[in-house]
Amino acid sequence: MIVAQGVTKNYGSACVVDGVSLTLPAGGITSIIGPNGAGKSTFLSMVSRLMSMDMGTVKVDGLDVTKTPSDVLARRLSILRQDNHMTARLTVRDLVSFGRYPYSKGRLTIEDKQHIDDAIGYLNLVELADRFLDELSGGQRQRAFVAMVLCQDTDYVLLDEPLNNLDMKHAMGMMKLLRRAANELGKTVVLVLHDINFASWYSDYIVAMKNGKVANQGPAAEMIQPKVLSEIYDMEIKVHEIGGQRISLYYE
Amino acid sequence: MQPDQPKTIPTHGVIPAKAGISLSAPEGDSRFRGNDAVDRGAPGGRARGGWSIALSRPVVALLVLGLLAVISIVCFMTLGAKGSWNFVLPFRGRKLLALCLVAYSVAISTVLFQTATNNRILTPSIMGFDALYVLIQTSIVFFLGVGALGTLNPQMQFGVEVLVMIAFSGLLFRWLFLGEERSLHLLVLVGIVFGILFRSLAQFMQRLLDPNAFNVLQDTFFASFATVDASLLLVSSLIVGVVTVVALRLMHTYDVLSLGRSQAINLGVNYKRTIVIILMLVSVLVAVSTALVGPITFFGLLVASLAHSLVGTSNHKYVLPAAVLLAIVCLVGGQTVLERIFAFDTALSIIIEFLGGVVFIFLVLRRAAR
Repeated sequence: MIVAQGVTKNYGSACVVDGVSLTLPAGGITSIIGPNGAGKSTFLSMVSRLMSMDMGTVKVDGLDVTKTPSDVLARRLSILRQDNHMTARLTVRDLVSFGRYPYSKGRLTIEDKQHIDDAIGYLNLVELADRFLDELSGGQRQRAFVAMVLCQDTDYVLLDEPLNNLDMKHAMGMMKLLRRAANELGKTVVLVLHDINFASWYSDYIVAMKNGKVANQGPAAEMIQPKVLSEIYDMEIKVHEIGGQRISLYYE
Repeated sequence: MQPDQPKTIPTHGVIPAKAGISLSAPEGDSRFRGNDAVDRGAPGGRARGGWSIALSRPVVALLVLGLLAVISIVCFMTLGAKGSWNFVLPFRGRKLLALCLVAYSVAISTVLFQTATNNRILTPSIMGFDALYVLIQTSIVFFLGVGALGTLNPQMQFGVEVLVMIAFSGLLFRWLFLGEERSLHLLVLVGIVFGILFRSLAQFMQRLLDPNAFNVLQDTFFASFATVDASLLLVSSLIVGVVTVVALRLMHTYDVLSLGRSQAINLGVNYKRTIVIILMLVSVLVAVSTALVGPITFFGLLVASLAHSLVGTSNHKYVLPAAVLLAIVCLVGGQTVLERIFAFDTALSIIIEFLGGVVFIFLVLRRAAR
């Protein structure tokens, strides 16, 4: 369980995240949605200690993220962001191997190797395992990074806009994969998503943020409602039920 | 032998990336990789196939560089020796130690600085260390007179120079704690601005000097290995030794840091602390080498880039020794050429820049041709 209390972040006089108190349930997929500038990514960065917070606390399974040693947290919680600029020239396997760093500090054991092979297999990267990252397409590279995060084998997996730059097929593949990870491996997946239909279809729980605050939260079925969504996004959003799933329409 | 290729060092991070592609095996061997993925090495980073480890590309590169370094050292020590070996060897040995110390400091500091800043085109000299050295020398001549350069106690001068430069970097690190993600860039930018300030101040004072004093002063702006004090060598070796011990303890974090800040934090590196320690090590190394022989960090960039492209992986386990060996080849080889061929007629920096430039162009062209 991730418990945030009064989390606040200011940039100068602008308050980006304004006293967010939130309990994210363990297990399943939780999506954070909301308009641009709502503070979703900033919030996720603070939960994952990439960014310091001006006020408030975040506890992951009772561990305060600002006080717990970083390497202890690295075995509990992993974060993947969009800007993965790096100077190192690595193969997919090299990158995935880094996922074991929190456990082995660079000296891989047989168990580590098993985890690496599992993660590579799980993301269908076996054929690409020895290719360099700069020789891959955006979607393949994204999969390699997710493989690394899965290889890290943490209970909590946080992903900041994992569907960015992915086409429909790969976006769907990614969400299915996260769904599988949540169901089969028992991971708690927290995502920042922009596409509310992906959020509707694949998440268990949805948190909506607006102007640095939590605007609404609840199980996916309760959140994907015309009234709720229209309030969050300040626009008219219709919701249709198709094949038992709620689909939002807003192209008008 | 080729199917064994992947069974090389599977330690963390960079598994011998392009194992065998250029030097040991035909191009196509990569198709053998992956089939025996589980077999990639035994636990604990031990390789199974003895041959394949010996022939993997980084190892070959290191062996070749090591050989070149030994050749240049032997040439430096023996060529053109007239008179008693009892005199020649200790005399040249002292110079050799200075050259190696500086080569080591410049190579390690540049590679680590690039790793810490996650940028392959920066060198520590951009932070204004060279300019600060020039400013210190200029101030000595300006305020104490031109005679002071010769008469000041060398140990004291060395100590003061090292301390001032380390204090300066300590001041710079303040900026590392102000912001968060961009604070490292801020630090580098502030360093650049200080460098310009130091340079302008030094130039201002130089303009006020009389031409004779300026001539003497200018001599100290070029690295010189001929006049290194033996007692300074001992102190410098000690400092560099301590730095090396600390640097080795952090060895396992370097590869992770080269993934960038967020990944490093995600993987559990204590980012700020590690970066501060690395930058402190870098500034001590730069301060020592600059105070010892003068500004010579210019070729750190060359050495680091060449090391990266020669070993073909980003694994610091290979890149760091490769950079050190390259630096030794450059400095010792360059000094040999300087002494034997040009009869001390030119500056070492000119030779290194010439040779380095040729190699660099060659590498760029070769890459373009592929």
